[in-house]
Amino acid sequence: MATSHCCKDIIERSFGATLRRDNWWVEPLTMVVVLLGFVIYSVWRAFEHANYWGGPYLSPFYSPHFSVDLPRWCSPAFLIIWVPAGFRFTCYYFRKAYYRSFASQPIACGVGKPWKSYSGESKLLLFQNLHRFFLYLAIAFIVVHIYDLVKATRWPVSAAAAYTSPHHAAGPTEFGIGIGTIVILIDVILLTGYVSGCHAFRHLVGGCIDAPSRVFLGRLRHRIWRGVNVFNEHHNMWGWISLAWVGFTDFYIRMVASGTISLEFDRLF
Amino acid sequence: MALRKFRIFRGDSRETGELVEFEVECGEGMVVLDAVHRIQAEQAPDLACRWNCKAGKCGSCGADVNGKPKLMCMTRLSDYPEDEVITITPMRAFPVIRDLATDVSINYENNRRLPHFQPRPADFEDGEFRMYQWEVERPQEFRKCIECFLCQNVCHVLRTHDKHQEFIGPAFFVRTAVYEMHPADVGDRREHLKEHGGIGLCNITKCCTEVCPEKIKITDNAIIPLKERVADKYYDPLRWLLRKLTGRG
Ligand code: SF4
Ligand code: SF4
Ligand code: FES
Ligand code: FES
Repeated sequence: MATSHCCKDIIERSFGATLRRDNWWVEPLTMVVVLLGFVIYSVWRAFEHANYWGGPYLSPFYSPHFSVDLPRWCSPAFLIIWVPAGFRFTCYYFRKAYYRSFASQPIACGVGKPWKSYSGESKLLLFQNLHRFFLYLAIAFIVVHIYDLVKATRWPVSAAAAYTSPHHAAGPTEFGIGIGTIVILIDVILLTGYVSGCHAFRHLVGGCIDAPSRVFLGRLRHRIWRGVNVFNEHHNMWGWISLAWVGFTDFYIRMVASGTISLEFDRLF
Repeated sequence: MALRKFRIFRGDSRETGELVEFEVECGEGMVVLDAVHRIQAEQAPDLACRWNCKAGKCGSCGADVNGKPKLMCMTRLSDYPEDEVITITPMRAFPVIRDLATDVSINYENNRRLPHFQPRPADFEDGEFRMYQWEVERPQEFRKCIECFLCQNVCHVLRTHDKHQEFIGPAFFVRTAVYEMHPADVGDRREHLKEHGGIGLCNITKCCTEVCPEKIKITDNAIIPLKERVADKYYDPLRWLLRKLTGRG
């Protein structure tokens, strides 16, 4: 019978101190790499201020597009990107992801933290409660993205009628589908799935009702709430896939806009 | 049968206690609690540990097994590689009484402070309520709680920051949700949740959900909906305006 003192790990009072033996650091490390990669790419794209539309396609990073004169340093992306960024930043799921991986609050369950004091979301982070307002804007953005999708099916009838600015062709257009249209369609579906599982949405549609049988339209709202639960159960998955796909959608449209992928190649029919 | 190594915390405080190594014959189908019982029977009769049902229902055998909160009676030895030493320590968030037994009385104090069930007037003369299964299902999930306090134990607000006085913890958000979301209840617990429950201290990092042996979706189904209710009352300027205009809510 051997004995040993092992207080550091039992007490978990220093960063990383734990008795866990699994690879607890893999998940936060992966999150840091993926999230940081996405943020760097989207900031670069917002600053690039070019190659954001090509043919009938408009990048989601620059949509909705306003025809206003902006100073040279101001990319049109800055006008709108705070909406999806704010929505994801205040999303209950992404909060969990970055509180753990970026802030070590905690980095993993049952692992020592580097911080002595803690106030959670009760002081500086009170603004996270405004997530519902980003939700309202995100719903409006889905409508805008559906509009972009419809526009992505309009192709110039002749070369002379080509697009001259986002969503604006010089002549008559006809219905057509390109790879980009499908990419945007998938983006809209994934974004809708992500927003449909939002906790604030779930609360709004029916989660705030305790006795649905006693309120007006209660049964219907309860049914919608149950539908939202289906998305909510996998909200993290919808969050990641839609994040990756919106990045890819922008990347694809950049390829088209820069001429790396030609419109002839892109168009399917 | 094979010999397995265990390290078990012995002592009456984390500062002075130590990990003691034992070797025990272990067989197929054994759980961690079986091994602890065998150690008690054969090598350390004074080893303190709580247990009762050995069926994952009484919630008394919680401990940290290799750093993760577990019910010892539901944790199979076969979940760990045969050559891995299994370390068993008392639940980190609570003061040690002795060995694996901790003092969880703060939970009972917090429980007593929760606002009780506040039913609306009964629907029938005999005191019965009319409600449907589909609407009462939601709080029923929370009724599965066996009060093992593994969620309290893993929550960093309690485990690392020791905020037992300001923060009631996940188990009592679950308990609050039972009443708050009950179709017959008309109580408003939002002020209690904010001022006394410390719901703002929860940063929804879901460790509680990960360890719950009853698979209650503590964060998604209890805490976040409660946070949304608190936001309705305190952090939603639109609703505030609506309340001012209509005088309702
Ligand atoms: S989700 Fe909240 S209550 Fe649960 S462990 Fe994390 S901080 Fe604690
Ligand atoms: S909610 Fe789950 S983990 Fe927490 S006390 Fe109840 S059963 Fe245990
Ligand atoms: S909670 Fe994730 S989008 Fe609202
Ligand atoms: S002994 Fe009852 S839950 Fe483990």
